[in-house]
Amino acid sequence: MDLKTVYLGLELPTPLVVSASPLSQQLDNIKRMEDAGAPAVVMYSLFEEQIVREQHELDHHLFFGTDSFPEALTYFPEPDELLTSGETYLDDIRRAKEAVDIPIIGSLNGSTLGGWTDFASQIQEAGADALELNLYHIETDMEKTSTDVEQMYLDIVTAVKRVVKIPVAVKLSPFFTNMAHMAKQLDVAGANGLVLFNRFYQPDIDLEKLEVVPRVILSSEHELRLPLRWIAILDGRIKASLTATTGVHAAPDVIKLLMAGADVTMMASALLKYGIDHIRHVEKDLRLWMEKHEYHSVQLMQGSMSQIKSADPGAFERAQYVRAVSTLPKDYKIF
Amino acid sequence: MPQQRFRTLDANEAVADVAYKLNEVIAIYPITPASAMGEWADAWASAGQPNLWGTVPSVIEMQSEGGAAGAVHGSLQVGSLTTTFTASQGLLLMIPNMYKIAGELTPTVFHIAARSLAAQALSIFGDHSDVMAARNTGWALLASNSVQEAHDFALIAHAATLAVRIPFLHFFDGFRTSHEINKIEMLPDKVLHALMNDDLIAEHRARALSPDHPFIRGTAQNPDVYFQARESVNPYYNACLDIVQDAMDRFAKQTGRQYHLFDYVGAPDAESVIVLMGSSAETVHETVEYLANHGKKVGAIKIRLYRPFDIRRFIEALPATVRNIAVMDRTKEPGAAGEPLYLDVINSIYENIDRFDRMPRVVGGRYGLSSKEFTPAMVKGIFDNLAADQPKNHFTVGINDDVTHTSIDFDPDFTTEPDNVVRAVFYGLGSDGTVGANKNSIKLIGENTPFHAQGYFVLDSKKSGSVTVSHLRFGPNPIRSTYLIEKANFLGIHQHLFLERYDMTQYLEPGGTLLLNTFYEPHEVWDQLPRIVQEDIINKNLKLYVINAYQVARDAGMGGRINTVMQVCFFAISGVLPRDEAIEEIRKSIRKTYGKKGDRIVQMNMNAVEATLDHLYEVEVPDTVTSPIELQVAAPAGAPDFYKEVQMMMIQREGDRLPVSALPVDGTYPSGTTQWEKRNLAQEIPVWDPEICIQCGKCAFVCPHAVIRIKAYEPAALEGAPQTFLSVPARDRNWQGLNYTIQVAPEDCTGCGICVDICPAKNKAETGRKAINMEPQPPIRHQEAVNWDFFLTLPELDRTQVNVSSIRQQQVQQPLFEFSGACSGCGETPYIKLATQLFGDRMVVANATGCSSIYGGNLPTTPWSYDAEGRGPAWANSLFEDNAEFGLGMRIALDKQLQQAQELLKKLSGDINSELVDAILNNPQKDEADIQDQRDNVRQLKSRLEALNTPQAKQLLSLSENFVKRSLWIIGGDGWAYDIGYGGLDHVLASGRNVNILVLDTEVYSNTGGQSSKATPLGAVAKFAAGGKPTNKKDLGLIAMTYGNVYVAQVAMGARDEQTLRAFLEAEAYDGPSLIIAYSHCIAHGIDMQTAMQNQKAAADSGQWLLYRYHPEREDGNPLKLDSRKPKMPVEDYMMMENRYKMLTKSKPAAAKQFMQDAQEFVDQRWSMYEYLASRDGTNGKGE
Repeated sequence: MDLKTVYLGLELPTPLVVSASPLSQQLDNIKRMEDAGAPAVVMYSLFEEQIVREQHELDHHLFFGTDSFPEALTYFPEPDELLTSGETYLDDIRRAKEAVDIPIIGSLNGSTLGGWTDFASQIQEAGADALELNLYHIETDMEKTSTDVEQMYLDIVTAVKRVVKIPVAVKLSPFFTNMAHMAKQLDVAGANGLVLFNRFYQPDIDLEKLEVVPRVILSSEHELRLPLRWIAILDGRIKASLTATTGVHAAPDVIKLLMAGADVTMMASALLKYGIDHIRHVEKDLRLWMEKHEYHSVQLMQGSMSQIKSADPGAFERAQYVRAVSTLPKDYKIF
Repeated sequence: MPQQRFRTLDANEAVADVAYKLNEVIAIYPITPASAMGEWADAWASAGQPNLWGTVPSVIEMQSEGGAAGAVHGSLQVGSLTTTFTASQGLLLMIPNMYKIAGELTPTVFHIAARSLAAQALSIFGDHSDVMAARNTGWALLASNSVQEAHDFALIAHAATLAVRIPFLHFFDGFRTSHEINKIEMLPDKVLHALMNDDLIAEHRARALSPDHPFIRGTAQNPDVYFQARESVNPYYNACLDIVQDAMDRFAKQTGRQYHLFDYVGAPDAESVIVLMGSSAETVHETVEYLANHGKKVGAIKIRLYRPFDIRRFIEALPATVRNIAVMDRTKEPGAAGEPLYLDVINSIYENIDRFDRMPRVVGGRYGLSSKEFTPAMVKGIFDNLAADQPKNHFTVGINDDVTHTSIDFDPDFTTEPDNVVRAVFYGLGSDGTVGANKNSIKLIGENTPFHAQGYFVLDSKKSGSVTVSHLRFGPNPIRSTYLIEKANFLGIHQHLFLERYDMTQYLEPGGTLLLNTFYEPHEVWDQLPRIVQEDIINKNLKLYVINAYQVARDAGMGGRINTVMQVCFFAISGVLPRDEAIEEIRKSIRKTYGKKGDRIVQMNMNAVEATLDHLYEVEVPDTVTSPIELQVAAPAGAPDFYKEVQMMMIQREGDRLPVSALPVDGTYPSGTTQWEKRNLAQEIPVWDPEICIQCGKCAFVCPHAVIRIKAYEPAALEGAPQTFLSVPARDRNWQGLNYTIQVAPEDCTGCGICVDICPAKNKAETGRKAINMEPQPPIRHQEAVNWDFFLTLPELDRTQVNVSSIRQQQVQQPLFEFSGACSGCGETPYIKLATQLFGDRMVVANATGCSSIYGGNLPTTPWSYDAEGRGPAWANSLFEDNAEFGLGMRIALDKQLQQAQELLKKLSGDINSELVDAILNNPQKDEADIQDQRDNVRQLKSRLEALNTPQAKQLLSLSENFVKRSLWIIGGDGWAYDIGYGGLDHVLASGRNVNILVLDTEVYSNTGGQSSKATPLGAVAKFAAGGKPTNKKDLGLIAMTYGNVYVAQVAMGARDEQTLRAFLEAEAYDGPSLIIAYSHCIAHGIDMQTAMQNQKAAADSGQWLLYRYHPEREDGNPLKLDSRKPKMPVEDYMMMENRYKMLTKSKPAAAKQFMQDAQEFVDQRWSMYEYLASRDGTNGKGE
């Protein structure tokens, strides 16, 4: 049974990569992921915005109230050195690289073009085997056009590719007018992989407190469909590796995505829900399924049901909606 | 790294630098103005910096200066090189050990930032009262006059003490020297090595206690030998003089700086000589040089070694021509024949009477107490006095003593400031970074040019909205001017609003430069200047530059911090350095200063630098004065005369002009004076929206400055209300028919916004707004001030009509603690205010020194107030260490007075209505109705006693007010309760007496800048715990509970306000000792003060802070009631909300992670223990 695959040029023993999540903040967890069979780990994201905010916060608190009252010219001892520019993240990458043999993929969310490139270089220097650009950005400026936004993403990818040698994947949201066109542009810009899709934390309203609250909801397997569609559509049309990072919970999800054309699949919510050892179960089930259905390798199934190779290419497009609705149970009400 | 030859730094750092290198054990305790020495030592040790011999000194914080002295004594006894740092009351606490250390001939040096002692009042500022109080201990006293000397003498003292075995007090003037920044030449390690004799260190060790060659030290002696033994040390004192001079000579060989035990300066044929020590000797030096250069026969002796006093060398130092001597003491010894130095000089001359052809005339004078200015003009005045036929003796200088007429006159216009010195004065706000920028400028010039540089900073006693004044001098020669700049050639006014408050341009000399930060455009600013400023600018031909630094700073992302902008302006205009060179140095300095805080912080400052010059304009000055704007100097209508005539002067920064007669003789000041000082600090103030309000009272409950007030009143009282006055029907069912108003004191609010954060009522149509919202103050200031005045005329609700156990009702009670000088958003003051609302009209308060005594008792105005009947808290501060005992003393006396009154009442019962006697003696005084009855009873009694007019009746009359229950409160911070005052606190708890102890637990020594106390939680970064507090917080409440008969509550109003209220009521009602430990968020926690109540809640939700009440007489069995719910939030989540914990994740991430794990473990274990304790059956608190 051959589960080997290639993602971002990295040869991996299985397609069960761990995607970015708080789990990778602990080195022990990364070791456990390796032990459980993860072929690679995407580290939690370094958010430039957070680093900047923390710099301002620290600067504010070390300054606030100083040199005002004669008995208390300051309120804190000021250390000679402060790790305020993402050093802890880079340290985590270094320590992870020392602790495990599997590839470590850095994850970066910049807020300025300079931040994207600076941190990308530093992540590379820290030893990351690849870099995932976490394009997590909610555009609210009414004056900005969709072209502006797309161009901003392309500029980032181009700039980062210019400064790093390691492979670069791009983790995207699905909210593009023409996802296919966007994917193609990213491919041309040099992205080595597309990670589909980013899940934005959606705000919620606390009805008792009348407050807007961030609500973290782990992905469910139903969310698999969206990346599944786009991987199937894109497979064979672009050079970049493809992977899904939403809704992968069990072996059937993995198999579907591989068949749609994914090079690897990524799990995070399932591990948060069931524990890191869940990787073992998924791998075991994957092997069982392949054995039962006589697939001797992952390569055999990869892309076997992509839009290009599928018997019904139109099924991945708009017509699918009509069919989907028509298959609903009879007592299901549509408003 | 090579040592830097020249540095610009203050004496605290300069001294600590040497002391740290020359010691192995350092015992520390915070006290102003010496705290920074300990802070440096702790920071260096925490960073692993080695001393001269390659080992990192052990730095240990003690619980008091007494403890520090004891630890030093012990360390010395076993042979380590040991030191400590202190001042003032701290030195007094060391005195017992100092006698021992000297008596045992043990070498050590204590470094003292000399400071006033608390007498009629505490003062943090500098004079020699403390070191003079220690002059009998047998220690050598070595005085430094400047930052350079403080650095040098630290070494000389350490070298000499080892040689002579006598311990040394090395002292320098608090603030004037300890905090003055000056350019000095640093002592390289090779000089330290050259002065420190390793053989002497070995001898010190050889004399140490060791079981390998045992002896005993510290015997008790009898009349037969004590006296002789006391005389046995004489040879050491005799030898000390030469040994110190030898150390000075050896030092000179190494550095070229030659000192003597007495240094004479001035004309060789001087006839008039001033003798003194300390920083003012430099001002005298400067003046004497000036006068001698102008042909005057004057001189001065700077005393270096004051004890032992070398009479021979002193006489030799005097010029043979001397005819008149003025001895200046920076201390006061009431009732003495003269001040100490004066008597020493008199004695020296008397003992050498044969050496003089004609006995010089010697007069003594006092000067400079509590950092009172001492200027060349005063020095000239002293020489003028000496030149008189009958010089005034025992005189004072620098004040106007119109009572006993001790003061001498001087010409205030006399000046010795040289022309080649740039003198710049800057007025800033505490929060705007002015002082920091100026410190930076001094370093920049001092360390990058051949210029000498000096900086001294006058800060405010208020903790919010403070005004800072920076005095900077730059020049080609060493700067000896240890006095404030009176004639500046550059004046920076960094806040436009100061223009209407203070006359600042008076300090600019003709042709000088004025730099103003203003909101106004260059073409419109002239019309916005007050008349006297326009006059000064025209008459003195001043240059005027303006910049809108607020805008530049804001655009650069720096908010209200205008430091970098104004620094660039100063260098661009002043010409101290070539402009481009200066700006490049500023850029370098920004990288150095902010680099570790992150590239964005550096960039933000760089952006400000780049933008500044484009926004700096010189204003063309018109020929005529046009402004109708006058200085705001009028006192508010209704203010009492004392406020208008005395306190207003202090507020206007004219307090130096108050004569002796203006001041109370015994430190007694009127209550409730903050109400007259309208500080107008807030840019935004809360505005009430009655339509949304649910009248819960929480906004007023948490308001730190008592500016949010609530009244419920009869609608008829609204007659004459201003049009904009808001009033709605009261919602409380007990107040049907009453109207209700929440009114903000617009000119007293500090704008913290805590009220808005706590408000639970949201506007349903616009959820971003609440029932109280922050709005810009200026547009509504006048209107709301009128409303506030009207609000004050509304009657207070009868206290018997208030259900005090419900916050919504209780909050109508009038706070009798208002508008304090506490930080904006203070976490302590709401608790104090609550106590005054509940019990203030019969409250007696003993207040420990600390934040609460400063915002509660620091002049010019004080917040403890009174009600319409004239009743209010009676407040006093004794010391830091003795507050529990101080309060217990009050309790004992009040109880005794009550007992005496009861005895007399019984004796006189035949002459007084027996029903009245019974009513007085049997009134339980459990609630407000009882209290009011008792007041009526006492009123009747007094009337009857006045009529009786017998000796016993008169006696009872003087005691009769004690029949109304006195509520005794002992208030202080955690530094007092957990550390320095703990012994006393424990004793008071054990006394069983009816006292209420309120511990305002900020978990650090807040007032002295956030040093660790035993209340500091595990892992919190604090000064003296720079690497995170390594041990758990002491559980004071649990310790108190072990007595069984102490009421103990731990509260956090931001977590559960009703529990806080209940605890205060129960504690006060309990007839025995009560202890309330109140979580008080603090600026030293590194939090957003506006949302600080959320931090309190998180502390409780995570179990980091437990809420409970332990009532020894609880009726339902177990005295312990745990008011906290089971922790639901990880401790780490709470810790990451506060910079005191979070910053360690940026400096020592591994240690921070471990602390957070350990903190969780500790919290879990403590929760289990408390849960168990609270769940036990039992009726007596002992689980039996």
